[in-house]
Amino acid sequence: MLERRAAMATLLADRPKELFVVPGLGSCTWDTFAAGDDDRNFYLWGAMGGAAMIGLGLALAQPKLRVMVVTGDGEMLMGLGSLGTIGVQQPGNLSIVVFDNGLYGETGMQESAAQTTVDLCQVARGCGIERSLDVTDEEALKALTRLIRSSSKTVFARVRISPDEPPRVLPEKDGIVIKDRVRGAVARLQA
Amino acid sequence: MTITETAAATPSWPDQLFDTLKRADIRQVGYVPDAGHARLIARCKADPQIRDVVLTTEEEGIALAAGAWLGGQRAALLMQSSGVGNCVNMMSLIRACRFPMLMLVTMRGEWEEFNPWQVPMGSIVEPTLQLCDTNVTKVTEPDQVVPAVQSALQIAFGDDRPAAVLLSQRLIGRKVWVK
Repeated sequence: MLERRAAMATLLADRPKELFVVPGLGSCTWDTFAAGDDDRNFYLWGAMGGAAMIGLGLALAQPKLRVMVVTGDGEMLMGLGSLGTIGVQQPGNLSIVVFDNGLYGETGMQESAAQTTVDLCQVARGCGIERSLDVTDEEALKALTRLIRSSSKTVFARVRISPDEPPRVLPEKDGIVIKDRVRGAVARLQA
Repeated sequence: MTITETAAATPSWPDQLFDTLKRADIRQVGYVPDAGHARLIARCKADPQIRDVVLTTEEEGIALAAGAWLGGQRAALLMQSSGVGNCVNMMSLIRACRFPMLMLVTMRGEWEEFNPWQVPMGSIVEPTLQLCDTNVTKVTEPDQVVPAVQSALQIAFGDDRPAAVLLSQRLIGRKVWVK
C-alpha cells in the first residue's frame, strides 16, 4: 500500500506542461494542492461522481493535452456508469486514477463497497478500458506515471493507498476562479 | 403485450435544431436517448465535427459539458424530462463555477401521456430547473424551436448560465403504443 500524498507527488513529479489534473472532491483535491498549486488543476469541492466525466469533456476538447483524473473509490463508485461512457469514447489522452482505501475519508472513514466487494479494476476492464492497472507499490506507481504521460489508450488505475489522513491543505474554493484559471492555462498552451 | 413505436411524418424542426447547434459551434453532444431526440441524435452522430457521447445517466452530461468548456469547447445535453431529476446535484457544478450549460429536454408526462409513470417527473421539470437557477423556455409549436434554442444559446454561452429548452410532447407527437 502507498501513502496518498507521496503517491500524488510521484504522479505529478516533473509535471509535463500538457498535464492537466481533475481531482475528485475531498482528499484528492487536498492531495493535488499539497503537491503544488497549479492553474492546470481543476480542484473539485463538490460534484461527487462527476470527476471522470469532467476529465472526459476536457480530454475530448483538447486531444493534445493529457488529462489525469485522480479520485477516491467513493467518488468513483458514485459515477461508476461514467466508466462505461468513457469506454465507448476511448480517448487516448485520458487517465482515471482511483486512490482506493476502501473508505469514505471525508465523512469518518466508513467502508465503501470497494473495501469488501467491488473490484474497480475489473469494472473498468468490463467497461472496455483494457489498460486497467492495479498499483500496489512504488515501482508500479512510477510505471503508471510514465504510462499516463505516454499512453495512446485510455488508462485506468487503482492505486491502493493506506487509510491515513494527512493534514488538510485547502486550495482556492471559488469555483469561478478555479474554472477561469484552468481555461487560461489551456489558452496559454494553445497560444 | 408487445409495444412498437410507429414513426410519424418526419417533422423539419429537428433538422433546423441541428443546424442551429452547428451554427453555434456546438462540438460535444451528450445524450441519453429519447425517441423525441432520435433525429437530432442521428444528425449529431453523422457529423464528424460533433463528438456524440452516449451517457449512462444524464448528470454525466452536465459534468461532460463543464469539462468541454474547460477545454474551450461548447457542449449540449439532450435528454428526456425524466433525466432532469438525475441532474439536480450535478447542477451545483454549473452554478458554483458559472459554467455555460445548454439542455434540450423532450417532455413526457404531459400531452396525451399513456404512461402514468412519466407524470411525476414530467410535471415538475420546469420548477426543478428553475430551482437550479436555469432559464427555461417551453416550446409547443415547430416554428418556436429555433428562436427558443437561439435564445438559450445566448443565455448559456453569452452569459455563462444554464438554459433549458423544453420540447413539449405536443410538439414531438404522441408516443404510439400498439397492443
